[in-house]
Order: sequence, then C-alpha cells, then structure tokens
Amino acid sequence: MSSDNWHLYEVFMRSKNGLAHKHAGSVHAQDAETAIQSARDLYTRRGEASSLWIVKSNDIIASDPSKSDELFDPADDKIYRHASFYTVPDGVKNM
Amino acid sequence: MYSTDLRTDAEKKSAGEALRSVEDAAFLAAFQKRIDDGAIIEPKDDMPEKYRKTLTRQISQHAHSEIIGMLPEGNWVTRAPSLKRKMILLAKIQDEAGHGLYLYSAAETLGTKRDDMVADLLSGKAKYSTIFTYPTPSWADMGTVGWLVDGAAITNQIPLCRCSYGPYARAMVRVCKEESFHQRQGYEVVTVLARGTAEQKKMAQESLDRIWWPSLMMFGPSDAGQVSQNMKWKIKRHSNDELRQRFIDATVPQAEILGLKIPDPDLKWNEERGSYDIGEINWDEFWGVIKGGGTCGKMRIRDRKTAHKDGEWVRAAAAAYAEKQERKHSAIAAE
Repeated sequence: MSSDNWHLYEVFMRSKNGLAHKHAGSVHAQDAETAIQSARDLYTRRGEASSLWIVKSNDIIASDPSKSDELFDPADDKIYRHASFYTVPDGVKNM
Repeated sequence: MYSTDLRTDAEKKSAGEALRSVEDAAFLAAFQKRIDDGAIIEPKDDMPEKYRKTLTRQISQHAHSEIIGMLPEGNWVTRAPSLKRKMILLAKIQDEAGHGLYLYSAAETLGTKRDDMVADLLSGKAKYSTIFTYPTPSWADMGTVGWLVDGAAITNQIPLCRCSYGPYARAMVRVCKEESFHQRQGYEVVTVLARGTAEQKKMAQESLDRIWWPSLMMFGPSDAGQVSQNMKWKIKRHSNDELRQRFIDATVPQAEILGLKIPDPDLKWNEERGSYDIGEINWDEFWGVIKGGGTCGKMRIRDRKTAHKDGEWVRAAAAAYAEKQERKHSAIAAE
C-alpha cells in the first residue's frame, strides 16, 4: 500500500452557531483542503454542521489516562467549591 | 451489522493460545472489574491484548462489510427504475461508504493502520459479511436488501451502541441513525412491487425467497446459553440467537402486511414463547460461504481491487498537489 503519506485529521463540528465545536471523528487526507472536503462528505451529509475544525491528530496533546488519578484527584476533595456545600436559613429563596 | 465472529474454530484457537501467557491474572481481573462497573474503555486506556485484537478484527470486518456492501448496490445505480430511486440508491451507497470510514476510524484507534486493514481485505485475508457474497439479480433485491439486510444490521447494531469500547459505540450511534433510512427505503421499494402488477409481486416474492435465509445467517451460528468472552467484556450484549429472534419477530408481520410469504414451511407463532418458531437454518451453506467465498465472493474482491487500482492516479495526484502546496508554504515562510 502506498498511501502512508496521508495524514490523519480529527474532525470537530459545530452543529449551529451558539454551540461549541464537538469531536465527530477523523478523516484521512493529504492536505488540509481535502481534509475539510472529506469531513464535509463524511460527517455532514444531513445538515449536521455549520462549521468544521480540522486538526492533525499528531498535533493533539492528550493527558495520559494512566495518570488521570494524580491529574484530577485534587478536584475531588474540595466539596466547598460546590454551592450545595452551603446551607441557607429557611425562608431564603432562589439562592 | 457484519459484526459476527467469522473465524474458523482453528483460527480462534491459535489466536487465543498465543496470548495466554502475556498478561497476568491480576491485570485481567482489574480490567474485568472496570467493565463490570460499567466503565467505557477509550483508546489510550490499558486493555488486554485480546480485547484489542478482538475489537480490531470485529470493527475492521464490520468496516469491510460496509465497503463490500456498496458493490451489489452500485451494480443497480444505472438501472434503477426512476430518477427518484436512483438518487435514493446513490445516497444509501454514500452512507455505506461513510459507515465504512467511521468504522475504519474507530478500528484505527486500537493501533492498526487503515492501509493494513484495507490490504487485508484486498488480499482476501480479512473477512466480511457472508450476505454480500449472494447475487442480487433483480431490482427487487435492492428493496429486500434494504428491508432485511439493513434491518438485520440495525438489530445487531443497536446493542453495539452500548459496546464497552467508546469509539466503536460512538460510530454505531451515527450508523444506526442513518441505517433506519436504509431499511425504510428498502421496505418502500418492496411495498411498491408487492402492491403492483402480478409480475412485480412475483419479483418481490422471489427476492424474499432468495434473501430471507441468508439474512438470518447474518446473526451468526447458534450460541444460545453460551457466555462468551465478548459478552463478559461487553463487546457483545446479546447472543446471536436472541438477536436473530428479535429480527424474525419484527420482520414476519412486515411481510404479512405486504402479502408476501416467508419461505419457511416450519414458521409458526409460538404462543407460549410469544415468538415465532422457524425451521432449521442450513449452517453448511453458511460455513461453505465463509470458506469458499460464495457465489460472488471472488467477484466482490476483484471489483474492490479494480476500484482501488483505478483510484491510484487520483491518490498520486492529490499527493503531488499536497507536496507542491507544502513547498510553496515553506518557501513563503522562509522569505
């Protein structure tokens, strides 16, 4: 097979303005322009998107799942960061 | 669908033995516990090599089936009976290509290159669903394939939306959404024929006669009462027999409404089970197709190879263009 020079791109799409881009999947392409066109054909055949982002998969820096504990633990023991930690006197509404 | 394990017993056995000694019991037990706790496994997570291999094989086989599944349909594009049907068929074929690509993407996250998967398909090493080795000699088959084959596929794929491997489950959600259009348009094609002239109705019936049994075989061999490793790992959620029964119970009334007869003299409603009993499936035919490629197996691979070869110049041109653009950009950047 000879197409090893193709890049893998991750595709993110915004379904409509006002919403954030969300990961849709990936495409193989040789350059950014064809990647956009392929992503259009592959992920937006039924009006799913109003905007596409294409990122080379190699350029994504991801956290290491085996280090998830040490990375995210510090968030677990600070329950005072949540509104539900606090009590308010009876009779106080809408706070 | 196309997700049934199509390896022979010998192939399954040798794959299992090669891996047995690599991972220790504690690792496997911890992984099983994650699955039992309902965890979804993502690409970079630790996983047993057998889990990775099973999924790579299943997802790539599923992808190949989507790609090969385009061929019998492509054969009818120029002869669709109306412009409307032609446009619908083209849209369906485009979806199948899309499904193949979603699935190759999902399989790639497990570490196998797409090129290698495609090479395995073209060399005949990789398997794909037996259903696509059957000929589709009449237009009615385009209807019946949508109705039964895509119907069976949906039955199989809905539980896969909850598969323990995240990328596969997500691909299945997209596929299932699109697949219901495939089934409905197929049923509509059959409906029009079944309510048409005597000749058209005959076409519909003959097509059902051809495709009924092979569509039941799509669910794979009988496995009632077995708890497979795939089930423990929640790759698979229901037995082949359970899914097949679900499909039969949904489909028989659909045939009745059209006045078509299911080609099974033993088919009857079982009041006690609340399900249909069916006659015996010819598993020799199924294994024969897997081993020998069926009526159209050789032709499918030949056509796929030709298409791949015919696309070579497009890929070469795109590569040359990309390279030229790259050079231009680096020249501008250097100035």
